[in-house]
Amino acid sequence: MKAYLGIDVGSVSINFVVINEAGEVITGLYLRTKGRPVQMIQEGLKKTAESILPDYEILGVGTTGSGRYLAGIMVGADVIKNEITAHAVAASTMVPDVQTIFEIGGQDSKIIILRNGIVTDFAMNTVCAAGTGSFLDQQAARLIIPIGQFGELALQSSVPVRIAGRCTVFAESDMIHKQQMGYQIPDIINGLCEALVRNYLNNVGKGKEILPPIVFQGGVAANVGIKAAFEKALGEPVLVPKHFDVMGAIGAAQLAREEVQHKQTSFKGFKIIGLPYRTGSFECDGCPNVCEVVEIYEEDKVIGRWGSRCSKWDIA
Amino acid sequence: MSKLTFPRMGESWRTFKMIMEDLGNEVVVPPPISKRTLDLGVRYSPEFACFPLKILMGTYLETVEMGADTIVTSGGVGPCRAGGYAMLHQKILKDLGHDIKMIVFEPPRLQLMNFIKNVRALNKNHTSIKCIIAHIKRAWRKLQALDNAEKLSHIVRPREITRGTTSKVYRKVLGWIDQAYTTEQIIEAETAALKALRGVPQDLDREVLKVGIVGEIYVLLEPASNLEMEETLGNLGVEVERSMFLTGWTRDNTWTETTEMMSVKEAAAPYLPELVGGHGRDSIGNTILCAKRGFDGMIQVAPFTCIPEIVARTILPRVSRDYDIPVLTFFLDEQTGKAGMSTRLEAFTDLMRRKKRLQQGRFTLTG
Repeated sequence: MKAYLGIDVGSVSINFVVINEAGEVITGLYLRTKGRPVQMIQEGLKKTAESILPDYEILGVGTTGSGRYLAGIMVGADVIKNEITAHAVAASTMVPDVQTIFEIGGQDSKIIILRNGIVTDFAMNTVCAAGTGSFLDQQAARLIIPIGQFGELALQSSVPVRIAGRCTVFAESDMIHKQQMGYQIPDIINGLCEALVRNYLNNVGKGKEILPPIVFQGGVAANVGIKAAFEKALGEPVLVPKHFDVMGAIGAAQLAREEVQHKQTSFKGFKIIGLPYRTGSFECDGCPNVCEVVEIYEEDKVIGRWGSRCSKWDIA
Repeated sequence: MSKLTFPRMGESWRTFKMIMEDLGNEVVVPPPISKRTLDLGVRYSPEFACFPLKILMGTYLETVEMGADTIVTSGGVGPCRAGGYAMLHQKILKDLGHDIKMIVFEPPRLQLMNFIKNVRALNKNHTSIKCIIAHIKRAWRKLQALDNAEKLSHIVRPREITRGTTSKVYRKVLGWIDQAYTTEQIIEAETAALKALRGVPQDLDREVLKVGIVGEIYVLLEPASNLEMEETLGNLGVEVERSMFLTGWTRDNTWTETTEMMSVKEAAAPYLPELVGGHGRDSIGNTILCAKRGFDGMIQVAPFTCIPEIVARTILPRVSRDYDIPVLTFFLDEQTGKAGMSTRLEAFTDLMRRKKRLQQGRFTLTG
């Protein structure tokens, strides 16, 4: 049976999705990047190969996320797309009339505005990572609360607590201040959720016309506290799709399906799970820019290079 | 003899070098902006200052090391802090033990005496006024030739068949224009340069998007400060038209405002009738003019914390709605990671392409 693979290599997680010809998700996998994208890509492929029936044949592969070029070169992707397009494609197939997408991941947060099924506007956080998954992770670790319970705790809050949300440094010192004054943890966490939502709407969502249906996706959508805070702030229901945490990968798989309509896939196959990959880096001394060039080797062959500002080290 | 230098802004140094040498000065050519320039600039500038101040600080420190003792730069008259940068740079350099001379050019149409005084200070050969005018005319022609070559590269790059050919040819032809000295040679080099660029093998049937670029002058004109955004866009199949070139800016600030400038002001007037400093009003006016000409999108570039462009940024969403043109803004600072910018540019290109195809009655997931 025909199947398509999508891989989303993000800062915090790597996701693998296999969809069938109808666009239905056959298998979805969410792994932590752990700072080792190359190994995790191999591990994810291995797990994916194990979890699909042998009669599925991968006819196309798409990659997205900040590590999309790395993954694309390793697996032989048919399409390498930015995460904004991938997320928009995935959401608009899950919720066909979607008009607004909130996507909050590990280091990025974005808003995507669609009208009549096409992206008309988008914004991403630029200079600040306040309100993204990494900060929530960090605060959960500080309070020794498993991240999975973070949002539920927020829902238990009974007293509103105001936390500064513009900057994570301010937010953290505000949280500590409130904690030392004796506020309950659920109230502080709820205050944090509301602060992050306020900051998101004010910063990333600034000047955007937020119309329903609103879809909330990305790793942070698992946090019911944030979802509730969005609904409270907007007075509109916010939909969290079933596969909210792997939407980028779903989009990449759908794009791959479109891409291979008229061509053969360049997917190298699951055999690459066993190949040795290593990365190396060096400083180019060709000019005063002293670019740090990163190389990836498959067995002993360089298959990709990044990081130089000119085209000197590009591999055609 | 004193050694003179000036800020580096794109390829304009080729012209400045020529005219300064014509007037009898020894010139230290500012080196390309590199990591080292940024390191030096960031280290010795106030943290809250904008990116151009830091880059120039780095350039000045590098050129002082190379023996420069006089800096020629521009001032500014509007409510933008860059107008005070020459003084600030001089003070910082002095604190660091470099007693350099600053020659600051203000717009001659507003401060004619300043212009005359500065030209006299730079005229080491004591040549006649007639000669000076001839030098300026020739330098002007060279600047035009450089701008024309750059403009053409923006048109050819998105259509090139083999990626990188245009950039390669462009770098080569810059050398030709650089070598030209007399007006005849400059015209000849320009003709050859434009011919070489047109000769790059192109796919003329390719669907090319057209994007206008507006924003603050320094980050617009110096590719190293905007992570070579125009080249990146060209590689994505986008033809860029930058709203500002040094020749245009100089014309607007030298004798009288041009009709183009007046139409920019007029276009911006319903949204921003005031001068907010820098190029804030131009960013709005040019966005409107480009929208009227049927561009597919606009990109605004500005240094992080740039007040005039922040003002423009808050107005642009309304312009974008009223004229149905997508606008993307980049605030630039010392970060050199290009990935974030590439992702946004790629997504923006997808957005424009889908919009365009939908208008033509075709529908695809991404374009």
